[in-house]
Amino acid sequence: MSSQEENIKISARGVTVHYGAAQALHGIDLDIRANEVTALIGPSGCGKSTFLRCINRMNDAIEDCHFGGTIEIDGEDIYSGGIDVVELRARVGMVFQKPNPFPKSIYDNVAYGPRIHGLASSKDELDHMVETSLRRAGLWQEVHDRLHTSGSGLSGGQQQRLCIARTIAVNPNVVLMDEPCSALDPIATAIIEELIEELRSQYTIVIVTHSMQQAARVSQRTAYFHLGHLVEQGDTDRIFTNPANKQTEAYISGKIG
Amino acid sequence: MESEHIVSAFDNDLAELNHMVARLGGLAEQQFAAAVEALETRNVSNIDAIVEADKQLDKLEFELNERAIEVIARRSPMAKDLRRIIVALRVAGNLERIGDYAKNIAKRSRVIIEHEKTLGDNVSVARIAGLTQQMINQVLDAYATGDADLAMDVWDRDLDVDQLHTSIFRELLEQIGADPERVSAGSQLLFVAKNIERIGDYATGIAEQIYFVKNGEFPSQSRPKADGSSSSAIE
Repeated sequence: MSSQEENIKISARGVTVHYGAAQALHGIDLDIRANEVTALIGPSGCGKSTFLRCINRMNDAIEDCHFGGTIEIDGEDIYSGGIDVVELRARVGMVFQKPNPFPKSIYDNVAYGPRIHGLASSKDELDHMVETSLRRAGLWQEVHDRLHTSGSGLSGGQQQRLCIARTIAVNPNVVLMDEPCSALDPIATAIIEELIEELRSQYTIVIVTHSMQQAARVSQRTAYFHLGHLVEQGDTDRIFTNPANKQTEAYISGKIG
Repeated sequence: MESEHIVSAFDNDLAELNHMVARLGGLAEQQFAAAVEALETRNVSNIDAIVEADKQLDKLEFELNERAIEVIARRSPMAKDLRRIIVALRVAGNLERIGDYAKNIAKRSRVIIEHEKTLGDNVSVARIAGLTQQMINQVLDAYATGDADLAMDVWDRDLDVDQLHTSIFRELLEQIGADPERVSAGSQLLFVAKNIERIGDYATGIAEQIYFVKNGEFPSQSRPKADGSSSSAIE
């Protein structure tokens, strides 16, 4: 086995998704490497968010949504019968487009996951988890003296970092991000992007973004989706300087494809 | 025809950069031709004008640099668009250098014409100049049409220029050695030949850039080189 193969964290094979009669994904084969940021790009409706949501089975909640194929994380098929979906979603966390803190204090937002998963055995341990998560999310300095004020009182960028802290508080090893910066200003975006770079040493990150520049800045690997097909995947450096596929080239160059 | 951008102003930006490179190329070609003509016709009357006209090339290159930076900042180009803009910058740099060499040839020609009656008639120098002018002409056509095959043809032909330069170098060393009074003009002519050989190298560099725009990588094989002048000596 080559060293690259050893680093594969998530392996998707022949992934199809139907919403009723409409097919949203047509046989996606994609390997996602550990401790790298993989960007999923493509026009609206191309299936990139659908694919992202397959990785923690978020699509299960959608009525009439049918999954086919396999997705393995660390060699384990996450769609097999024995999988505990709640436990899966702790391992595979998700950050959404719009920051969605719970209407609770900053502390409780972060403590929520560890509490429901029973990860802390004492108040001290929970305090430690909250602090560590907020530090990793780059928010500790800004909120440590107001942990018991409402999370919704934070700025948009801070709320998004709070959501990241909440996600990583339950020790995931994969973090999925669905356009995490689309509601943020450029400075808040830059802070999140810096955070993504810091987080990737500990987590495998998959990010859906509409911003080519963001994909180019934050990711090591890029996958281009179009009309439910995976058109091209490869090193981000190559995809944005010399893509092999004409459709990819047209999309990233802003051309009529 | 390249497919168009959804933001049509971006197409205009790219067309404008191409147009600026074409103007710069035309000027460089013209300057080189004028310098060679001054030497070949032993006519010093045009030399001041050639030296003066080099400022236009410098100015145009500067304007192109500014414009290219603006386009990069405003359009965030990717893939082939990015390569085209970076290459426009580099090609403009090469053309500006060709202009500098042309100016230098013109200045040296004055000394040659004033000091020496026969060296300026050197047939081999006229030949190397002709070969190099063809290379520039062809590489500018290749740039305008994005024709990487035509560019690679120029790339191959630099070998002839290098070989000819080596033989001119040896020929001039012998002439100077045989007649020490020819040292001034002969040395200047050595530099003229070297400048022309360098112009050929710049044309070759432009050819490589054209290949890069088309293919996203530089030509894989290393270019055949045959400039032996750096190891030549009078026996």
